Amino acid sequence: MLIDFFSAVGDVLSSESTYINGALFAALLAYAATGEWVAERSGTLNISVEGMLLSGAFAGILGYHISDLIVVGLVFGVIGGLLIAAVQAEMSHRLTADQFVVGLTLNILVFGLVGFLDREIEPQALRASTVEIPILVDIPLLGKALFGEPWPFYLLYALVPLSWWLVYRTRWGLELRAAGENPQSADVSGIDVNRRRRQSIYYAGFTSGLGGAYFLFARIAAFDDSVIGGQGFIAIAAVIFGGWTLWGTMAGCVLFAGALSFQLSLQGLGYELNTELLQALPYLVTLGAMAIFAKRVRPPAALARPFIRGLK
Amino acid sequence: MTRGARLTEWVALYALSVAVALALASVIVEATGGDWWPVVEALVDGSIMAPGRWGGTLGIAAPLLLVALGTVISSKAGLINIGQEGQLLIGAAVAVYFSFRIGGPGPLNVVVLLLFGALGGAAWASISGLLRYWRGVPEVLSTLLLVFVALQAVGYGLKWQWLLLADEASRGNRNLVSEQLAKDNRIPRPDIFGNEFPITVYVAVALALAVAYVLARTVWGFRLRMLGHNPRAAQRAGVSSTVYGASALAIGGAFAGLAGAAMFAGGGFSFGNYRLVPGFSDNIGWTGLLVALLARERALPAVVAAFVFAGLRNGAGFVNSTGVQSRITDVVQGLLVLALLVPPAVVFLRDRRRARAAATERV
Repeated sequence: MLIDFFSAVGDVLSSESTYINGALFAALLAYAATGEWVAERSGTLNISVEGMLLSGAFAGILGYHISDLIVVGLVFGVIGGLLIAAVQAEMSHRLTADQFVVGLTLNILVFGLVGFLDREIEPQALRASTVEIPILVDIPLLGKALFGEPWPFYLLYALVPLSWWLVYRTRWGLELRAAGENPQSADVSGIDVNRRRRQSIYYAGFTSGLGGAYFLFARIAAFDDSVIGGQGFIAIAAVIFGGWTLWGTMAGCVLFAGALSFQLSLQGLGYELNTELLQALPYLVTLGAMAIFAKRVRPPAALARPFIRGLK
Repeated sequence: MTRGARLTEWVALYALSVAVALALASVIVEATGGDWWPVVEALVDGSIMAPGRWGGTLGIAAPLLLVALGTVISSKAGLINIGQEGQLLIGAAVAVYFSFRIGGPGPLNVVVLLLFGALGGAAWASISGLLRYWRGVPEVLSTLLLVFVALQAVGYGLKWQWLLLADEASRGNRNLVSEQLAKDNRIPRPDIFGNEFPITVYVAVALALAVAYVLARTVWGFRLRMLGHNPRAAQRAGVSSTVYGASALAIGGAFAGLAGAAMFAGGGFSFGNYRLVPGFSDNIGWTGLLVALLARERALPAVVAAFVFAGLRNGAGFVNSTGVQSRITDVVQGLLVLALLVPPAVVFLRDRRRARAAATERV
């Protein structure tokens, strides 16, 4: 039994599809987690990221449905994410409604809305063509996963460094972090705290909408209301796992996506292990990783605390 | 401003928000080529008017209300529990497991079964409490992730006879079903004017009153609210966030588990017909969470909210016949919750602006 298990793990780790699947999920998580990381650095715990991904995925397929162009699909995906971000940002950081209540409701609302629209419209799409980067794609095992992907994947290589640069190297990013660490001081020094928070949520909507559309075109090119299936929440877990640093967050994305793809590959290779345990594995790994690491990191000091001038 | 004017303003604001939400929903229906009026008629027919329907609505409202009450309690302590769906399922599974292994007289069995359901839900929610207060894992994530674990755990249990699966004689050629609950172990379903519903409805409403009383009028409820409003002040006043927070989460889970056990023992049109089946929880946990949000996390308004959402859910069964997908009711539910968030926020902001203007005038 134990030897079986080790040979199974060996087979999974030496199979190229494990890494290809892993990269697929890691990219989805990375798109969402990058935006979520920016949002959380400004002090808002944006839990509608799940809804943003789903909205982006559906808007993506809708865009492709009416134009037959994947680029249009991606643009629609961004718009889909931004729409959800608009509701979240304006309601929680302009109208001062509770950010969790707004976020939770949005997730459920988007789930119902795309389910409804999907059955009414029944949009169709095609997978995005893969682009292979010469030489690099020939690296054994990892080559295809990192350099032989559907082309929207490569946007990530620009998006993540760009987000880092925005947050750590621009005035806007400095103000954003100030809003997340000490909103009272930021306010006194002339920063519009809630405006920065709204902007950071819009940024999360942008990346998550793009990520949702990417996932749709990279993976199945067919829509289903369970296509995202809780990945948005795992992206939030990745931000916490990474201790609110961008590189830690990316490491979390790779780890959690790895657990998911491990499970898929094990089943794909025909190993008859306990399927329920395997299906629960990604969630158990996420829970376990957070149980180990959540206490060792320091969140932004004002995370999830609404800022209303004059009130503490 | 006089009290009357203020009340009128509140009512007007709420009416406007709800109207906008419903208008948005009807625009969505029209935009996809449907007609909104037949949908409304179907909803009213399916939830109240057609023979035998309002009994069904009440039968759905009971578990929704129970889940919502648990949510109210945990959110009063400032905790965000979004794992009701899993807690409900685990509660139901634990109730099922014990219901066929204890052999007391019928009515006693029902009570024991419900208690085990509550215990199961509480235990499941307590995992999140443990992770929160021992390891610092945010409960909003752990409760949610545990939903997916619960689904798999119950799926696993339904594969093995020593856990939940029925023996071959009683399950026929079906897979993944539990035994059917014996007739004298079921929750009574009296028939009133051709409508029948489990008496859990009365229990749920009574519990709503109890929760409202406990939160508003007891020391325990006061401490819980203090913890939710200002954890630091609560700590200085001697309220242990670990004890109160963890017990609020556990009680929240207990209500969800109780709802699951009551769905199993109370029957109803979609709740597995006294058997545990895959997909048994059927989104009752999620909708119950929305009910609590719609009621703005208060126990008595949750009663009304539960009946409204139960009506939408039961009425949805009639909507498909109008050519519009029944999932439009999910959209209506979400829009309603969002709409009801607007009036308090608007009034709050305006009062502040007025207060500030008054303060500058005085200077």
